[in-house]
Amino acid sequence: MNFDLYGFGPALAAGTLMTIKLALSALVLGLVLGLLGALAKTSPYKPVQWLGGTYSTIVRGIPELLWVLLIYFGTVNMMRTLADVLGLESLELSPFAAGVIALGICFGAYATEVFRGAILAIPKGHREAGQALGMSKARIFWRLILPQMWRIALPGLGNLFMILMKDTALVSVIGLNEIMRRSQIAVTASKEPFTFFLVAAFIYLGLTIIAMTGMYFLEKRAGRGFSRSAA
Amino acid sequence: MNWEVIIKWLPRLAEGAVLTLELVAIAVIAGLILAIPMGIARSSKNLLVRGLPYGYIFFFRGTPLLVQLFLVYYGLAQFDAVRNGPFWPILRDPFWCAVITMTLHTTAYIAEILRGAIQSVPQGEIEAARALGMSRSQAMLRIILPRAARIGLPAYSNEVILMLKASALASTVTLLELTGMARTIIARTYLPVEIFFAAGMFYLVIAYVLVQAFRLLERWLRVDACQGR
Repeated sequence: MNFDLYGFGPALAAGTLMTIKLALSALVLGLVLGLLGALAKTSPYKPVQWLGGTYSTIVRGIPELLWVLLIYFGTVNMMRTLADVLGLESLELSPFAAGVIALGICFGAYATEVFRGAILAIPKGHREAGQALGMSKARIFWRLILPQMWRIALPGLGNLFMILMKDTALVSVIGLNEIMRRSQIAVTASKEPFTFFLVAAFIYLGLTIIAMTGMYFLEKRAGRGFSRSAA
Repeated sequence: MNWEVIIKWLPRLAEGAVLTLELVAIAVIAGLILAIPMGIARSSKNLLVRGLPYGYIFFFRGTPLLVQLFLVYYGLAQFDAVRNGPFWPILRDPFWCAVITMTLHTTAYIAEILRGAIQSVPQGEIEAARALGMSRSQAMLRIILPRAARIGLPAYSNEVILMLKASALASTVTLLELTGMARTIIARTYLPVEIFFAAGMFYLVIAYVLVQAFRLLERWLRVDACQGR
């Protein structure tokens, strides 16, 4: 094994940065989708409920890799039509955008269930108290439900984020220059697959440890004011 | 949507689905067998016994399956000892590499499920078994494991579904399972939406059947009746 990595260290570092960017972007999209999905699933209207349920069921039943491939290769025709409509020369989804969308959709489907559980875990009395104070529905959601949901949903979301971070490796399949792809390039040049994939594995382990530490502090902060048994 | 193309290629996709099922079946069954001793070790009171499997579990849960797959399939070939060793015919074959990696990967997850299940067997039942004069291993075999199996079964069924989806990664090491087959067909037909849609439906159907099968298994093992204390 060679410990100076044949000068591929900076490339791997750039890949790590790309992985982090991808994971965080997908997280933002996924949180929004998850929140919308959970709202839909707990809505009093049957068609909306059905929409939320279908989203989370279908997305969770299909492999993440298939979503990545589908979003990247499947939207080519759609984007071409869109480019024609807009009168643009060409329009295509970059691997990064496709990765964010695919991983965001997958994260959102799982987050839907986490958020739904959190919404249901908030005592009914809190909502009724808000109503009694004359708050509108939207205001009840923003001021009463959402801040409390956060604390309950956090452990579940933390797990999902770890899964998301590992799933970013899948985007290397469509050619995004993140850790895996950079290591593959390094392997082609150095003919040392084990070394570079092991390095990649340890980078992911490091990212996981950082995320776990971050989650620990977030959970501690969100749980402040609650006794340990209640939190 | 071009339905004719989907129908035309359906038999090939079904072939891929069979390979997917083989991969998943071997991985989750072998994984379960390997995970039982590891889960027991993880729930031990001895720090050393508990700590060793943790390293394994931490590595396999903390890194992407894709990295592990590449480590086994591409990585091992770096060593002459492996290339000249007796296991090379197996380690050269993408099918066995995928099976080995998926097994090792799922073992880590199942072991953690088992640990949680073993630790949530009520203490009183273990004490009762010991009070009846069962040795520790007898109590483990007759009381704790059957009880833990029922507690852990729902989580295990989740893991099986996750492995079904993880098996799509085998397509990256040239295996023509469902996703790999879909990609091959798309290379010929240039119809990604239709073929990926069809492959997705295959996954959904397989997942649905598996969920129903586990529901039957849970009823047969009377998991519900065991939850009452």
